[in-house]
Amino acid sequence: MGLFSGLSEKLNHIFSKLTKKGRLTELEIKTAMREVRVALLEADVNIGVVKDFVAKVSERAVGQEILKSLSPTEQVIKIVNEELIALMGATNAKLAVSDNLPTVIMMAGLQGAGKTTLVGKLGFMLKKQGKKPLLVACDVYRPAAINQLKVVGEKAGCTVFEKGQGNPVKIAKEGVAYAKSYGFDTVIIDTAGRLQIDDALMRELEEIKAAVNPAEILLVIDAMTGQVAVEVAETFNRRLEISGLVLTKLDGDTRGGATLSAKAITGKPIKFCSVGEKLGDLEPFYPDRMANRILGMGDVLTLIEKAQEAITEEDAKKMEKKIKENSFTLDDYLTQFETMKKMGGIKDVLSMMPNMGLGASKFKIREEDVDEKKMLSMKAVIQSMTKKERQNPNIINSSRKQRIAKGSGTSVQEVNRVLKQFEQTKQLMKQMKNNKAFKF
Amino acid sequence: MGLFGKLKAALSKTKDGLAKKLGGLFSKDKIGEDFYEELEDILISSDVSVKTAMEIVDEIRETAIKEKCRDKDYVIDLLKKELFETLDYAEPIEFTPPVAIMVVGVNGVGKTTTIGKLANKFIKEGKSVSIAAADTFRAAAVDQLSVWADRAKVRIIKSDEGADASAVVFDAVSSAKAKKTDVLIIDTAGRLHVKANLMEELKKMDRVLKREYPDAKIIKLIVLDATTGQNAYNQVETFNEAVGIDGIILTKLDGTAKGGFIISLSYELEVPVCFVGTGEKIDDIEDFDAKEFIEALF
Repeated sequence: MGLFSGLSEKLNHIFSKLTKKGRLTELEIKTAMREVRVALLEADVNIGVVKDFVAKVSERAVGQEILKSLSPTEQVIKIVNEELIALMGATNAKLAVSDNLPTVIMMAGLQGAGKTTLVGKLGFMLKKQGKKPLLVACDVYRPAAINQLKVVGEKAGCTVFEKGQGNPVKIAKEGVAYAKSYGFDTVIIDTAGRLQIDDALMRELEEIKAAVNPAEILLVIDAMTGQVAVEVAETFNRRLEISGLVLTKLDGDTRGGATLSAKAITGKPIKFCSVGEKLGDLEPFYPDRMANRILGMGDVLTLIEKAQEAITEEDAKKMEKKIKENSFTLDDYLTQFETMKKMGGIKDVLSMMPNMGLGASKFKIREEDVDEKKMLSMKAVIQSMTKKERQNPNIINSSRKQRIAKGSGTSVQEVNRVLKQFEQTKQLMKQMKNNKAFKF
Repeated sequence: MGLFGKLKAALSKTKDGLAKKLGGLFSKDKIGEDFYEELEDILISSDVSVKTAMEIVDEIRETAIKEKCRDKDYVIDLLKKELFETLDYAEPIEFTPPVAIMVVGVNGVGKTTTIGKLANKFIKEGKSVSIAAADTFRAAAVDQLSVWADRAKVRIIKSDEGADASAVVFDAVSSAKAKKTDVLIIDTAGRLHVKANLMEELKKMDRVLKREYPDAKIIKLIVLDATTGQNAYNQVETFNEAVGIDGIILTKLDGTAKGGFIISLSYELEVPVCFVGTGEKIDDIEDFDAKEFIEALF
């Protein structure tokens, strides 16, 4: 259908072979979980995390009753999704604020994770919130790192405190003292990238922490990180007791399984996502979007849930019958749009579809495709038809079209367009009926 | 320390981890499904893709069954041999002067550092080297490269931040031609491969390079961060489509990341690895050697 991609396609394939039974059996779950495992591993979720996760999901899935409104695929995905979201925790974009100002925020991470850029983005964000942040340059190792922070700071409109290639612990301390005397309410400390196994440099971070007592220690993680994410996050957390995670480079096409690995091992909230090269490209973290990204699909679950709310089982049965008998009329067409509206409008629904939401620049929804005004005029056109016309659109000749156009305040072309679209939808329904994997 | 001593030392942490895991494998005496599954897991935890890991292990399993093999050490040797054949298929790239090397990659993989190391390496080989600072985008990228140029004692051709990258390439080529420079190394801005406009900029630089420097051998190297996961594949694929990639430089191998994705990359895209980065010092670059790489892993 092009609707579900990746994992759901594979699951559809597995479940298409099964007859509808009352419960998902252990064997079916096992087969499905193999695909879930592969999907998560392909997304770079750490293998240990995957094992725990799959065990947990299997336990929940075995013996579950198949809900009438969901296909087995949808049901398994629903469980997988719920567990993923639960694991990733709730949205938490709040930064701690100290009782004794300034609030100190300290960065940590591997080389190239994007710490310096992030310091600029955070400064820019705080500035917009009316705060007065001071950026402190404690990366004294990488050539030109201080210059980079100065340039970024200038763009963000933030003051940068630097003491050249001195002792980072001392610089951090002096930076905080400077902030106190000059009325800065927040201090953001940039630190050099380092390997988690570099004991001397890790000790340096511990010393900075001890010296300035930060309210936040943010571990910056490149969203493209592979299996090692667990080890990195575990070590940084053990040595520094981090307060949160920030993901960078999410504007790429990575699935971002590292998020799950880092979150699972540290239990710390994911505070922000960096989604572009501009200073304003910093977003709060949405666990549900991330879950779908990792599984390689859109917000299918939300769609499923909204469908559940909007469509009563009775409605669904009626619709199914109509599709089977191919007796889908313009009245039903109208009902369908009303349902869609209940689900949050076509734009919302589309954005929840796989490959159309977050990160998938290839499949940007064009404004003209989802013109809600056009939908309204479509509604007017259908409502201007007589009951007989709605039941059997074949009788609509040119004089009828003119009457409908007048009644709906549209044009004959508009009437033609609605009729054509209705025909196309009917064709689509026919295809859906023939596709066994798709249970309406 | 021998040529690969440093790489081996850098990989020893990796080795400890793997050896421990493998040690666990060796202790069990019967070769069962568990054994192969664990082999697969070991590959996957080194960032070899699931698909490649499955294929390689399947192949070994079949061979082992055919040969009625019951010896785990022998199976491990089979695996090493298979990995070796996967990685070692291409002729090494010859950097015969005059040569222009364009270094590309996503943000934060270590392009600038790698260029400093490369310049130093070629200087030590007795070649003349110049560097083009065509990363005109990232704040202070030119400053960073200048520091490395000083360290390697090579000439740097630069422009202001925000300048046209292709213009820098043009200037650098003119200078290299005039001074008969053996090796010209071009730094480019890190870009996520999904950004179409930035990939277009790269193509333009490539066109300028080809047009202005027809006598030079043009080599395009992509820098990959060993801590990356499966996205490395997309990176190589997209950059390859845009400008054609001749080889890979694998950086940050001094951490615990295994960089196993290069096995999948070689398996599926057939792009050879030429150098590996093993630390932050200017000498921390080695020629890639498949055998050493695999031996160091086990």
